[in-house]
Amino acid sequence: MRKIRRWGPGLLLVSPSILLVAVFVYGLIGWNVKVSLSDWRQAQETSGFDTGAYAELFPSAELGQVVEFFRSIVTGYQSDTLTTDPAWVVDVRHALLFTIAFVAGALIVGGSLAFLLDKGVSGEGMFRAIYLFPMAVSFIAAGVVWRWLMNPAPGDRSTGFNLLFDKLGLGFLRNEWYLGPDWGAAALAVPAVWALSGYIMALYLAGFRGVPEELREAARMDGASEWRVYRHVVFPHLRPVTLSALIILGHISIKVFDLIVAIGGKQLITQTPAVYMWILIYDARDYAKGAAIATLLLVGISVLIIPYLIYTVRSEREA
Amino acid sequence: MIDRLRRRRLGRIPRGTVLAAVLVCAAVALALPASGLGTQAKSDQACQLSVFSWWTGGGEAAGLDRLIKIWNKANPDCPFKNETVAGGAGTNAKAVLAQRLAAGNPPDSFQGHAGAELRDYIKAGQVEPVDFIYKAAGFGKVMPASLISQIRYNGKLYSVPVNIHRANVLWYNPKTLKANGITVPRTWAQFIAALEKADAAGLTPLAMGEQWTAKHLLETVMIGAIGPKGWAALWTPNSQGRWAAKSVTNALNRYNTLLGYTNSDAASLTWQDAGKLVADGKAAFNIMGDWQDGYFSGTKKGGNLALKPGSGYGWAPVPGTDNMYDWLSDSFTLPKGAPHRAAAVKWLTFLGSKLAQDTFNPVKGSIPARKDAKVSLYNAYLKSALRDWKSDTLAGSLTHGVVASNAWNADIDTALGLFLQNKNVARFQTALVAAAKKNS
Repeated sequence: MRKIRRWGPGLLLVSPSILLVAVFVYGLIGWNVKVSLSDWRQAQETSGFDTGAYAELFPSAELGQVVEFFRSIVTGYQSDTLTTDPAWVVDVRHALLFTIAFVAGALIVGGSLAFLLDKGVSGEGMFRAIYLFPMAVSFIAAGVVWRWLMNPAPGDRSTGFNLLFDKLGLGFLRNEWYLGPDWGAAALAVPAVWALSGYIMALYLAGFRGVPEELREAARMDGASEWRVYRHVVFPHLRPVTLSALIILGHISIKVFDLIVAIGGKQLITQTPAVYMWILIYDARDYAKGAAIATLLLVGISVLIIPYLIYTVRSEREA
Repeated sequence: MIDRLRRRRLGRIPRGTVLAAVLVCAAVALALPASGLGTQAKSDQACQLSVFSWWTGGGEAAGLDRLIKIWNKANPDCPFKNETVAGGAGTNAKAVLAQRLAAGNPPDSFQGHAGAELRDYIKAGQVEPVDFIYKAAGFGKVMPASLISQIRYNGKLYSVPVNIHRANVLWYNPKTLKANGITVPRTWAQFIAALEKADAAGLTPLAMGEQWTAKHLLETVMIGAIGPKGWAALWTPNSQGRWAAKSVTNALNRYNTLLGYTNSDAASLTWQDAGKLVADGKAAFNIMGDWQDGYFSGTKKGGNLALKPGSGYGWAPVPGTDNMYDWLSDSFTLPKGAPHRAAAVKWLTFLGSKLAQDTFNPVKGSIPARKDAKVSLYNAYLKSALRDWKSDTLAGSLTHGVVASNAWNADIDTALGLFLQNKNVARFQTALVAAAKKNS
């Protein structure tokens, strides 16, 4: 009785939240998985278990098919023999390109900004705010503006960057942006880098500040050059920050939907898995396949998040 | 130390707090189902005709407003409840509607493109046949027989068409053509010659927009190449063999040729952007549905170009589709379990009437599905469309939901998306055959 008194009230207070999360998050995840394993491909559900939706998203177990699948994703080459849904192959390739460009871009830009601020600038607070602000702009709004900035129109109809390049005599920099057949998906990542690199900068800046000044001093006393101080003292301290940044950027990247829709609409040339999921469910009414893609996105994100959670819990326990 | 503090604080929580927490939990548990019951009870009280559509802007919304006024005057006991959801071509609205229908909460009537696009609702048993309305109101006598046969599914009619749009229209700027010595093409050969001339003059020969406008272009080219009969045969059951035919290959080759004359930034333009290139004299031609007429001739205030039909812009059937009418139609349905079924039947009867169609269409910029429209109400373009509607052979639109289900359309979108990048006709046809095998 006494024990219940101790944890009972607390449990009662959080129980509505536990209940709601259980039903509306985990319950619906479960329902989604169930739909993905059903044959609810058209307007009505007929009978129970069916893995047909997944069969269209994965290559069959034959080695040739698996090789073709990955070859298509990596090189963008279009296979005649591959039995996997061709739109999905394109989507995965786009997601991959987008992720690489976005994560690398945001880490490099954010890290460099933090490095520069860490070296000491007057008016640091102002710079921090300026770089952080883009994160407050929703992807939809940013997408509309960047759609104009990255306009691929030819000749005298140019606007945005292409026009700017022309005016500055940098015509060779003109490009098709997100309509480029090979690297278009990477161009779609530019607005995302713009939006998130300020946030990454803030993370790294905190990381830089967390390195005790004494360590740097000691290294300098030992005659280390400034570069070696960073290389051997500061950077190793930034590993946990980099890991957090990777996770945060990675899960945004896998789910990206609003930015893509704002810039490219519903077209194969800019399509990502989340956009295809929307098309399948609301346009094609292929509920099972849409849910299968949703499940795969969740699995993809879990692959990132779960090791991170294990790592955090473990390091917290050690601390 | 902190641990001890925390424990002590917890231990001191008064009984009142515990009681309050229990009450909050109970209230939440009770409130959830109760709110659901509340809405259900409400809808049975006063009669209100809830009509779901995506007519939220421009001429569509203005036309709907006029209909609402007439309805409310004639039916003061069951006023109109306008349930619109904004979003281009109804994609958002369809998503919301799908959820409402799945939840068993249908409106009294909802908008949908007439034809195969409604099949998902029909197969799911979410809409009722409306043949009895056609019979009672005599729509069969005033609407073209071929229209009625093309929207019939399994021998039954499931919606009442309010308007007709034409998809196979070639738009041009008379001044641009005159300045460059180009005549309006009627045949395929003339079209290619005209495009070549425009190209040599430094114009964009054919302005195109994002992917769905490329599909729109594809259907008009195919209908011209294989004819309305061959086109209709592509959408019948087990049609994959017909998709593999040489005639389809030829049509796709024509399409491929045409794509060579389009602007490189097509995927970044809306259909209005593409139309504006023609209006601004930067492009020679554009192929788009006759909502382009609304954009060209509508008021500047409404975001349109306010051009004069005939001098500011001109139109002709897409070369090769003379005497063919690639049509699409907005129609309304009778959902199963409509809360006010009697009023919904009355609404559908009203929508098919001459009064409603001649009220709505001149404002929306489309023509009535009926053959007895009062011609003087319509602008110069629509007058010509009315003439053609009575005499042309009809072919249902693919892009706008007449001939193919949503799932089939999505598969064609994928095939087309790939084709726009690789321009490989053989591969495109293989993918189209596969789509037909899966969906027909």
